[in-house]
Amino acid sequence: MTELLAALAGGAGAAARFVVDGAFTAFVDRRGGSVLPWATTLINVTGSFALGVVVGLVTVGGAPSAVALILGTGFLGGYTTFSTASFETVRLARQGRWRAAGVHLVVMVSGTLLAAAAGLSLVVVF
Amino acid sequence: MVTPPSSPQPQPQPQPVDPDSEVTAAERTARRPLHLQPRLIVWVASGGVLGAAARIGVIHLSPAPAGFPLATFVVNVVGAFVLGLLLQGLSDAGPDEGRRRLARLWAGTGFCGAFTTYSSFAVDTDELLRAGQLGLALAYVAATLMLGAAATLAGVAAAGLRRRRSV
Repeated sequence: MTELLAALAGGAGAAARFVVDGAFTAFVDRRGGSVLPWATTLINVTGSFALGVVVGLVTVGGAPSAVALILGTGFLGGYTTFSTASFETVRLARQGRWRAAGVHLVVMVSGTLLAAAAGLSLVVVF
Repeated sequence: MVTPPSSPQPQPQPQPVDPDSEVTAAERTARRPLHLQPRLIVWVASGGVLGAAARIGVIHLSPAPAGFPLATFVVNVVGAFVLGLLLQGLSDAGPDEGRRRLARLWAGTGFCGAFTTYSSFAVDTDELLRAGQLGLALAYVAATLMLGAAATLAGVAAAGLRRRRSV
């Protein structure tokens, strides 16, 4: 039952990513656009922060593990994405935009790691 | 000195309604950006439910977490291959419209997007670092990023093989 709810939450997460991606890409385009796919970075960084908070609430705060499965594995797992991030890095490299590909990769990895650590720390502090 | 009154601005006249050019509500919705069309949002969500269910299935099949986060690693590399294959195959087949666009949104944005995950990758890496497993954390990040990129390229190349065979 919890697994079913987690899968449904994953669908909601995917829908949220679709809307945020479209809205943020339109926002960037109105300001002249960018070579870099910033929307995927925004989604993965915010989702990693939120998962840090959820994991912290369960491991430190004593929240039920179903919360981790439904909100974490389900919603945030569906909201954040690796396949698109990898595809965008490869696409930039194949276009010869090596610097942009490198920036995209490094900002994504360091941004998500820092955001997840910040989310976990936030729960530990409070 | 008094500034001369500005010349009267032409007021926009109400345009006569041409019944033939009247736009139905459905047509207005279809002209919205994709991410604001409720039917497409539900469409992406339905692919996402299956993608998330498949990821949860892989997590269940994987051995209990002991160090290396194997399940997340596997879904990310497999999903990267499938998305490369799908997006290259679709763009080879023609412009992003109609059934091709629906396939991209359901299988790409929905299924592959929800099957793979970045948040677990980040949190698992942080937990390895917290546990003092620096070597394992670095190996996990390097393996995910490099094999992920290689899988994307392999998917793109596989779509190219199919294209050449069908010519």
